Amino acid sequence: MAEIRYREAVGRAIAEEMERDENVFIMGEDIGLFEGAFKVTEGLHERFGERRVRDTPISENSIVGMGVGSAMLGLRPIVELMTINFSLLALDQIINHAAHVRYMFGGQVSVPLVIRMPQGAGNQLGPTHSHSLEAMFLQVPGLLVAVPSTPADALGLLKSAIRDDNPVIFIEHESLYGEKGEVPDGEHLLPFGVAAVRREGTDVTLVGVSRMARTAEKAAEVLAEEHGVSAEVIDPRTLRPLDLDTILKSVAKTNRCVTVEEGWPHGGVGANLAALIQEHAFDHLDAPILRVAGADVPMPYSKALEEIAYPHVDDVVKAVLQSVGKELTR
Amino acid sequence: MQSTTQKSVVKLKLMSESDFSEAVPGHPPVGPLPDRAAAREWLELMLRIRRFEERAGEAYTRAKVGGFVHLAIGEEAVVVGAVRAIRDTDWLISTYRSHGHALARGTDPAAVMSELYGKATGTSGGRGGSMHVFDLERRFMGGWGIVGGNIPIGAGFALQSSYRGNDDITLCVLGDGATNQGTFAETLNMAALWKLPIVFLVTNNRYGMGTSIERHSAVTDLVRKGNGLGVEGRRCDGMDVADTQAAVAEAAEICRSEQRPLLVEAMTYRFRGHSMSDPERYRSREQVTKWKEQDPIPAFTKRLEAEGIVTPDEVEEMDEKAIASAHAAAEAADSAPFPEPETLYDNVYSLGGEVRGWLSGTKAPE
Ligand SMILES: Cc1ncc(C[n+]2csc(CCOP(=O)(O)OP(=O)(O)O)c2C)c(N)n1
Ligand SMILES: [Mg+2]
Repeated sequence: MAEIRYREAVGRAIAEEMERDENVFIMGEDIGLFEGAFKVTEGLHERFGERRVRDTPISENSIVGMGVGSAMLGLRPIVELMTINFSLLALDQIINHAAHVRYMFGGQVSVPLVIRMPQGAGNQLGPTHSHSLEAMFLQVPGLLVAVPSTPADALGLLKSAIRDDNPVIFIEHESLYGEKGEVPDGEHLLPFGVAAVRREGTDVTLVGVSRMARTAEKAAEVLAEEHGVSAEVIDPRTLRPLDLDTILKSVAKTNRCVTVEEGWPHGGVGANLAALIQEHAFDHLDAPILRVAGADVPMPYSKALEEIAYPHVDDVVKAVLQSVGKELTR
Repeated sequence: MQSTTQKSVVKLKLMSESDFSEAVPGHPPVGPLPDRAAAREWLELMLRIRRFEERAGEAYTRAKVGGFVHLAIGEEAVVVGAVRAIRDTDWLISTYRSHGHALARGTDPAAVMSELYGKATGTSGGRGGSMHVFDLERRFMGGWGIVGGNIPIGAGFALQSSYRGNDDITLCVLGDGATNQGTFAETLNMAALWKLPIVFLVTNNRYGMGTSIERHSAVTDLVRKGNGLGVEGRRCDGMDVADTQAAVAEAAEICRSEQRPLLVEAMTYRFRGHSMSDPERYRSREQVTKWKEQDPIPAFTKRLEAEGIVTPDEVEEMDEKAIASAHAAAEAADSAPFPEPETLYDNVYSLGGEVRGWLSGTKAPE
């Protein structure tokens, strides 16, 4: 076990897979000489050269489109988009094309493409650079969606994503890049569709997505120490496929569920989970499923507003206490 | 299918914009003729495509075919000239107006027609429809319904060839209207920067739906539009199969040997509406009539007859065969089964081995 940063884990996954498979290459804006807006691709250009580490013009839709085309013919492109907000310029290629090609052409071709990008608020980047859009991609059949929250998961899931024959939306988090965590020595591959139970508990199930998996974990500590509430924390790690079984099993035990995400509440990941859980585990529920989500606004710039526009530990604690019917004692 | 790609020494007549601002009926097709067999095959293929599309249009009016159906009637010289200018191993990607490209690549007409009929025997098992015909085996890479969406994807094919260092090229077909999409500018720029082996063939039929090129593009010389993005290009007479073939063959040759993108603008006209539901109020009957006088099929027929390459009887026989082939395709499509409901979720994902978790219709939770 070694301790590395999340950004290093992502970079290591790319390097290992490029080393292993000549068909793997990466392209994106300023990923080569500049080494990435978040320095994820540090050292890659020097190591693998211009052919396999390609700096592109600022042309998101066509970068993704060229990824789709080259993937259809058997290459395994990794496309880095600078932030998830910029993926909106490429939605045509992502949804109309990457996600639909295989189906639309009767399974004659696959699109083994990985689109990586970071999301998340907290850096005062305002309404065009701070959103969390996993719910939007989660909706699209044909895509796989990964939301790793630890360096080990980022490493293991990205390596699996690169080897997968489906287009993968790989959502990193800006605020996690600097976080450290243990990663296994040697090759680490993590399958999609397997949730992590971060902490076992008996009173309530907390499902946290992306960075919010960590926020949920911290909230669980507070709940245990200060309120005597035992929360089980689940990090789904991938939203498509979704390890619903693990969540349902937990809910069957705790009879309560609170979802935590950074994105918008309407039509969000939590809304989807609430629907699925009540469809499949209605008889186990002792309380309404509650959702903690980002505020229903474009992300504001001012620190004073941004801080209250995405969930923190306190928000999660409050929601859990509401779910279990306890008063906040502080 | 034969390949007629050879080192081209053709001097292209570069046409000025005004040559095409109005229909110029009657100018004789002057492109260089290939050998007899190839010339006859081109004619035969144009006839087969024409008859197939007429049949498809008919099927649409009888509600056998749904959705949108875009016919390329009038544009067959561009289709055939272009496809016969590249190798069978080159990648071909087109738009929603692409029945002819599939047929030219040798896709079974019954499979194409079945796709239009939404049948299980269609090229995409009825998932794509008329706009999304696809045949990997023959390297006909679709059939794409989003205007301009196919441009970067074609460049992705070329990137693959360049990455692997083989000498395949990609022929990417797009319309005049598509040159206004961001992907046109984005992709041509990138293709030029990265020296990708791709030929962009702009089928300039003077309209994007009902909007004429003068009303949709500030720069109506589309070769110039490409030039501005670093891609060299040339124009050809898209009503002349031989001229189109020569222009695309020359571009393909340069593209392959010098590893760089080129653009060919083929000046043509569609005789039918944009799709089957188009009352055509945006253009005059006179204009249509004038262009119809240049119908690429009679023009090429006349030329081959004059050169003694075909006799009128032989042409008649070819045409009968084309009609029979279209008829057989429609019969086959009509009697083929629809896809089974339980196949609805097939091919949403590529599933290898065990599938974990809740993915789509593929696995419901216990
Ligand atoms: C992104 C997008 N916008 C609009 C349309 C609707 N549409 C279909 S074809 C077309 C005209 C395209 O014209 P052109 O590129 O000249 O091709 P042509 O139809 O003449 O072959 C339009 C606007 C579409 N399919 N995709
Ligand atoms: Mg047009």
